[in-house]
Amino acid sequence: MVPFNILVAVCLFYVLVLFVVAWAAERRAERGRAHWLRSPTIYTLSLSIYCTAWTFYGAVGYAARSGLEFVTIYLGPSLIMVGWWWFLRKLVRIGRSQRVTSIADLISSRYGKSNLLGVIVTLIAVVAATPYIALQLQSVTLSFGVFASGTPEGWGLPDQGATALWVAGGLAIFTILFGTRNLDANERHHGVVTAIALEAVVKLVALLAVGIFVVWGVAGSWAEVFARIDASPIADWELKPARWIGLTMVSAAAVLTLPRMFQVMVVENSDERHLETASWAFPLYLLLMSLFVVPIAVVGLSVLPPGSNPDLFVLTLPLAFDQGKLAMLAFLGGFSSATSMVIVAAIALATMVSNHIVVPLWLAFREGGARAPGDVRGIVLTSRRVSIAGILALGYIYYRLSGGSAALAAIGLIAFVGVAQILPAMMGAIFWRGATGRGAALGLVTGFLVWLYTLYLPSFGEEGLLSHAVLAEGPWGISWLRPQALFGSEALDPLLHAVFWSLALNTLAFIAGSLLSFPTPLERLQGLAFVNVFDHAPGQGGWSRGGAEAEDLLAMSQGILGAEEAQEFFRAEAAAQGRAGFLPDTTPEFIERLERRLAGSVGSATAHAMIAQFAVGAAVSAQDLMAVASEAQQIMEYSAQLEAKSEELARTARQLRDANDKLTELSVQKDAFLSQISHELRTPMTSIRAFSEILMDEDLPADMRKKYACIIQDEAIRLTGLLNDLLDLSVLENRKVQLNVRVANLHDLIDRALQSAGSTRPERSFLIHRDIASEHMPVFTDTDRLVQVFINLISNARKYCDAERPELTIKVRRRSSRIEIDFIDNGAGIPKKSQTLIFEKFARLTDTSRAGGAGLGLAICREIMVNLGGSVAYLPGQGGAAFRVTLPVRKGAEKAA
Amino acid sequence: MSRKPRPLFLERRSYRRRRLSDAARILPLLGFVLFLVPILWLPAETPAPDTGRGGVYVFAVWFLLIIATFGLSRVLSDDEDAKRPDGDD
Repeated sequence: MVPFNILVAVCLFYVLVLFVVAWAAERRAERGRAHWLRSPTIYTLSLSIYCTAWTFYGAVGYAARSGLEFVTIYLGPSLIMVGWWWFLRKLVRIGRSQRVTSIADLISSRYGKSNLLGVIVTLIAVVAATPYIALQLQSVTLSFGVFASGTPEGWGLPDQGATALWVAGGLAIFTILFGTRNLDANERHHGVVTAIALEAVVKLVALLAVGIFVVWGVAGSWAEVFARIDASPIADWELKPARWIGLTMVSAAAVLTLPRMFQVMVVENSDERHLETASWAFPLYLLLMSLFVVPIAVVGLSVLPPGSNPDLFVLTLPLAFDQGKLAMLAFLGGFSSATSMVIVAAIALATMVSNHIVVPLWLAFREGGARAPGDVRGIVLTSRRVSIAGILALGYIYYRLSGGSAALAAIGLIAFVGVAQILPAMMGAIFWRGATGRGAALGLVTGFLVWLYTLYLPSFGEEGLLSHAVLAEGPWGISWLRPQALFGSEALDPLLHAVFWSLALNTLAFIAGSLLSFPTPLERLQGLAFVNVFDHAPGQGGWSRGGAEAEDLLAMSQGILGAEEAQEFFRAEAAAQGRAGFLPDTTPEFIERLERRLAGSVGSATAHAMIAQFAVGAAVSAQDLMAVASEAQQIMEYSAQLEAKSEELARTARQLRDANDKLTELSVQKDAFLSQISHELRTPMTSIRAFSEILMDEDLPADMRKKYACIIQDEAIRLTGLLNDLLDLSVLENRKVQLNVRVANLHDLIDRALQSAGSTRPERSFLIHRDIASEHMPVFTDTDRLVQVFINLISNARKYCDAERPELTIKVRRRSSRIEIDFIDNGAGIPKKSQTLIFEKFARLTDTSRAGGAGLGLAICREIMVNLGGSVAYLPGQGGAAFRVTLPVRKGAEKAA
Repeated sequence: MSRKPRPLFLERRSYRRRRLSDAARILPLLGFVLFLVPILWLPAETPAPDTGRGGVYVFAVWFLLIIATFGLSRVLSDDEDAKRPDGDD
């Protein structure tokens, strides 16, 4: 037997250990060494606050009364965790990206940051949690009572109320100390979470120890346990399908919507990947917690005297076998379950109460609103401390009023159904963009009222808040409004009846309200950010530039975040904008980030309201949205124009580059041309100078003098010819030549050309082939120029044809409006690679100066023919050098044809 | 940069990953259905004591679900880790 005083001492020591652990964890987190504190193990263990004293003591009692049904309370959460990929992952991502501080904040933030919804959810949570907290106080008090009474059967402590008061007070102090130390962003409480993780281990170890003791210490083996199960009053499994399904679903809903579960699962989550571990580890924890429940229940039923409270078998069984230490461990396990739940629930509820009720009220009743400088932070912290104390006080009062009579499991289930009313609004928030704030409010209020009427109020018993007459016959005798048989549904048991009607009407009101109402722009933006949280980073764009002054905002933020943190935030924002100092531009992005930062401390609705006071008239309206949309349209058009312009610029630049290339090339050509000309002019000049010097010698014989004078004259003639050619070419190239157009017979022109060209190398005799008949045709052109071309071509043949017996064939052909004249010799022709070169200036294939020309002849021919509207081209493959002169019958006639 | 059109066929690895996340979504439904099976046994109406047998069934299903979730979460998280380097850049 454990003396009561020692029990109290152990209890105090255990609380001291929790204090130290929490304190050490806070210290580590402050120093930034919170790595270990943010492990998935700690996260999973902190989820175990789902297992309260209700689980620790109540599950065995539940099993002793209804057999396996107790397991539904753990199957629901297990299924939710197993389905983490589908729901929890999204919930946690939203919670982190929107800096959600509580479940009320989640609902309020999603539905347009409406504070009304925050208040409704807070009220539901507080009303549902109060009996639950009372339940924890009751279980701790009962377990104290077991030891105090001195006998396993009794649990009557003379001064039960005093014990409960002490417990409530102690928990309030612990919670206030570690739960309201800071208004940290995202509301993380490292100390509390670590302490809870430790408690999770204690309660698991304690329950497993009792279970192992019962199975192997008392019964002996599993086989014996099964034999006892078959022999026990719960041997036949009274499975009620409706309850089995309904309870599984209610517990699944509750694990998502219980404020304390939301707190540890979403708000305290520091890394999304922790969910991966929790997805299997938490169901495993639940499985281990419930593994020995049935054995303990049946062994307790068979060993302990009839009439023992089955809710306390976990304690009374070890005591009955005189296992004081084991009983002590079990007691600590139960104590841990109760305290951890109360602490987290109190933190979560206090956050909701202060963010959604106290601060908005304070802002509303204060002169000047948020603009007036003041210590909002202090107000928020104080309101949280008061709220924690108030919530524990409520729990205590409920405990005193209810007298600790009801079975533990019943109270727990009532609370579950209460918070489950938040589920439709929550599912809509995450999966349905069409869900609106009005629909959510309608659904929540409907569900809450139905729950109050059908489950909560009747739970106080027939002498409680509802009279026996109302329960039996309905209000004012209207039988279909009977609280436990709405619309005549008498077949269901009271709990399922409440679950069915509250959730059905809740969902119906929610969906109908959403379908019939129209959401505000902010709601729609938030809906997009919530439902499509995985698709893109949320861009709320809730604020337009205006009203807000950075200085005022800083003053306000200091009041909430604390001076140092606010200044650091503003300085970082200013630096990000490239400005020195503490005052960034109040861009919409900056205001949005500030709002989210503030939301991490006081909740989104309050933060939004506070910012709204500064950014006067800057909140989003539908008109603003339209304006933004058309602005975006304009920007898109403008950018398309810019793109077109830049393409045009690129095209112009390309043209300029091409022109530049051409100019450069021409410049190179010009240089080459000039150097060629200099060279061509210098050669005759050199010989003229040399021979004229010789002529100056007076002793020169007369015949020599005459010979040299001849040479000088020849060179001068060549020079003149060259200059004439150059001038000619220049005139022709500039298309400034004066054409002397006449009619002539082509035959006569060829005759003239042959005669003139005969003077070139007259020593060579050429055989000329002509088709005289075809030559008789009129041409209408500058005949002199044309003859010049013919002469040039014939002379070239005479000069360069290297055949033994040179021959020249002249063919004339008329092709529609064009006349083709071919000059073909029987020489070696022109090599292929040179064929393109011959029409260039100064192009001479052989270096010989026998031709006496400067290599301008063919170039001039080409220019003449271009001026005459025709062309001259080399004709390959004719058995010698062949040139084809093409000219129109009449200049300009070709174009007309 | 313009947004790339969504490819018609996924690379084998991504395809496998999608199917695994499908499995992760279906698993809770499967679990729920398996937990409903005892209803079909009508244990309340049979004369034989079923609590022991039922308990073994429920805990076995529960345990198998945990194992399956464990496997899936490992695979899904490995993939996420492998994706992370290029995902962050």
